[in-house]
Amino acid sequence: MGKLPLEGVRVLGMTVILAGPYSEMFLADYGAEVIRVESIQHFAPGTRGQYVWPPKGAPGYPNDDPGERPWNRHATFNSMARNKLAMTVDITKPEGMEIFKRLVRVSDVFISNYVPDVLDRLGITHEMLKAEKPDIIWAKISGYGDTGPYRDYRAQANGIDAIAGQASTRGYRDMDPSSGLPGASAADPAMGIAAVFAIVSALNYRDRTGKGQLIDMALSEQFITYNPQPFMDYAMNGRVQGTLGNRDPIAVPSGNFRCQGNDNWVSISVYNDEQWEGFCKVVAEEWVRDPLFKDALSRRKHEDELEKLVESWTKRHDYYEVMHRLQKVGVPAGPLLDEAAVFQDPQVKAREYLVEEYQEDTGTYLYPGAIAKLRNAPLTIRRPPVRLGEDNEYVYKEVLGISEPEYQRLTETGHIGTAYAPGVRAR
Amino acid sequence: MPKTGCCKPYQTTLGIEKEYLVGEQALTGMRVIDLTQYIEGPVCTKRLADYGADVIKIEPPGTGDGARNMGPFYHDEPHPEKSGLFLYLNTNKRGITLNLENTLGKETFLELVKKADVVVESFKPGTMERLGLSYETLEKVNPRLVMTSISPFGQTGPYREYEMTELMAFGMGGPMYHKGRADKEPLKYGATPTLYHAGAVAAMATVVAYYGMRRHGKGDYIDVSIMDTQLGTMDGRASALIQYQFSGKVASRGAPMGVGPAGTGSGMFPCADGYVHFYGGLRLERQTKMMGDPPELRDPKFYDPETQGDPLVREEYEAYFLSWLMNHTKQEIFELGQASGNVCAPMKTIDEVFEDPQVKVRDLFVDVEHPVTGKVKYPGRPFVMEKSPWAIRRPAPLLGQHNTEVYSELGYSKEDMVALRQSNVI
Repeated sequence: MGKLPLEGVRVLGMTVILAGPYSEMFLADYGAEVIRVESIQHFAPGTRGQYVWPPKGAPGYPNDDPGERPWNRHATFNSMARNKLAMTVDITKPEGMEIFKRLVRVSDVFISNYVPDVLDRLGITHEMLKAEKPDIIWAKISGYGDTGPYRDYRAQANGIDAIAGQASTRGYRDMDPSSGLPGASAADPAMGIAAVFAIVSALNYRDRTGKGQLIDMALSEQFITYNPQPFMDYAMNGRVQGTLGNRDPIAVPSGNFRCQGNDNWVSISVYNDEQWEGFCKVVAEEWVRDPLFKDALSRRKHEDELEKLVESWTKRHDYYEVMHRLQKVGVPAGPLLDEAAVFQDPQVKAREYLVEEYQEDTGTYLYPGAIAKLRNAPLTIRRPPVRLGEDNEYVYKEVLGISEPEYQRLTETGHIGTAYAPGVRAR
Repeated sequence: MPKTGCCKPYQTTLGIEKEYLVGEQALTGMRVIDLTQYIEGPVCTKRLADYGADVIKIEPPGTGDGARNMGPFYHDEPHPEKSGLFLYLNTNKRGITLNLENTLGKETFLELVKKADVVVESFKPGTMERLGLSYETLEKVNPRLVMTSISPFGQTGPYREYEMTELMAFGMGGPMYHKGRADKEPLKYGATPTLYHAGAVAAMATVVAYYGMRRHGKGDYIDVSIMDTQLGTMDGRASALIQYQFSGKVASRGAPMGVGPAGTGSGMFPCADGYVHFYGGLRLERQTKMMGDPPELRDPKFYDPETQGDPLVREEYEAYFLSWLMNHTKQEIFELGQASGNVCAPMKTIDEVFEDPQVKVRDLFVDVEHPVTGKVKYPGRPFVMEKSPWAIRRPAPLLGQHNTEVYSELGYSKEDMVALRQSNVI
């Protein structure tokens, strides 16, 4: 194995919840030294769990037990915490801000996903960062962007889904959006991926020109680029698309159909006459030969009826069996996998997608592995999910060159620690 | 045209860009040979092209990219140059036709690869090997090459030749089985965002390997499985996979695990002119502040985590909340709610997104001029780069539009072009 692509790049992350931490994981996986800048005086709900001290039965901890250090044990945080380092500092104090500035001086990239006005109040501005490191690359992630009337508005992925138009195109065809439909939070992971793309593109630009830059990343704008068909339809035809449910503008039938067993489902989509022929051969029942379904237009016209008949067939079959039989004749079909099924799935196993990670406060579990497989830079777990303040000694002493007595003093004054300060609460 | 940062002419690897002049972009100088069709592959190469790469899109002669036959179509007229999907996904790319099934076509392809940094393909696994164009072969003509393969389930494993759809990607890789109501079927997203996510992941991995190649001098081969890109996290999937091991419990529709807001005052609610989304729960006092701190909601039972979860308490609170919402518009609620520190947002319909004040101030949608459709507003940049901006240098190519330009850059003469045409290569 050669050098990892991002070896030699140092990244500071002052990030919460998902979009920021998720991007940090990939930068770390690809070889960057990623240092999480955290504080033991401040707890951001949703990052290292919802609470400092969760109530009994709070979800997300091994064996439903938050344990002695819940902040190191939460599933969501740990799902994207490998290969990173973590340090603590209280940047609301002048000497803490000085430490942060010294870190900026020796870093290439800074990632943040706090609301812009929070950063303003902390004194973290592009001018300040550039004064410390003229070619710094700052990925500044926010809900709505770094300018405009919504600049300082609070956002969360489900709300982004609503304001970006996705929620209006999603839902059951016979129910309105307030009828208990699930929220959707894909805007966050989508941003994590975009941030890595943006940062590495900016590094490429910096290598050619010597210039760093601010990258202004709005969750809402990024997510709109995931859903262009309805926007193009409006721009070209003035049509306002609503929801199709699980139906497809091209394929008929297309949807999720109930199978044998308890709440098992298979998705099936038939895009053309060739696939319909294959489908008919497998199903081999009288109704598939009905002239009502002979071509795409008649199938579309009788879609309600067709869906009922498809389900009358799938209900008598196993969801995996339906996939294999239909795929063998070229018809796209696949089972809906719950978490238990993912661990048993032959494809997931064959690709060794899940990787073991051991962390002292959490134990050994299987984690999602490489999201893309690079042959010369395969995923390696150099470090397990990082614990709060785990790398204080390395960062303060080796990266910043702080002496032992000074380190002790900073510990005593509350910058350095591996547990939240007494009295720190979720809010 | 978007404003440009500087006035240097845009240099492609092979020559001066003629149609549009823009400033230096983040990926200027990166040369990509693009064999992809439909959605996920073109999403990947669009990201590269829109930030400056010179992407040469190869389409099969005659038919072209299958997305040319997919809607929505301009003025609802099905036509290979009027597919809104194709037009959006292929901005900034140069288009040529080339028949890879033909010996001369393969030789021409290898000439292109010699001068490229990246090849992206999304054929069924095994196709490049069958054509004699596997990474091992291409690496021999260009040892610094980065090659990205995007496929439904990856290049290995028992499902490698299976077909993929948006539904399957979200159902097998993602957590669709627990998205929806317990009494109904599981529910997908609107349109095809999981396929866009796969393309975005491929773009990320490609640019990482390209950067590694520029620094360390060695290319790489990237295997992107659409299923893997969803398992790695779509809507909380990564976290739910770990929580399952922690607790032995699987999530279910109606009781999803670890994702989305929960608790009183959370979720999508109707209002005077549509719907608004709120994240209440922990921060419910911010909602009551938004409503002017009404006496009816002063009882501590609404805020105490011990009593807040009681269905009767929740119902009482939300009845008041709902009556207040019904007297306000979604935009009013958004602004009042944010002024009191709430995490809330209006649900916008597609036409409303175009008119959103933030979207307008930030010029998110851009006019793209195309020879067949004229000017159309497209969704613009995914993010703003201060110094190396996203830009539309050219619209999506007509089928074979850049044959003469690209093949003459390769050194083919007019006579060669005639020969290629006659042997059914282009």
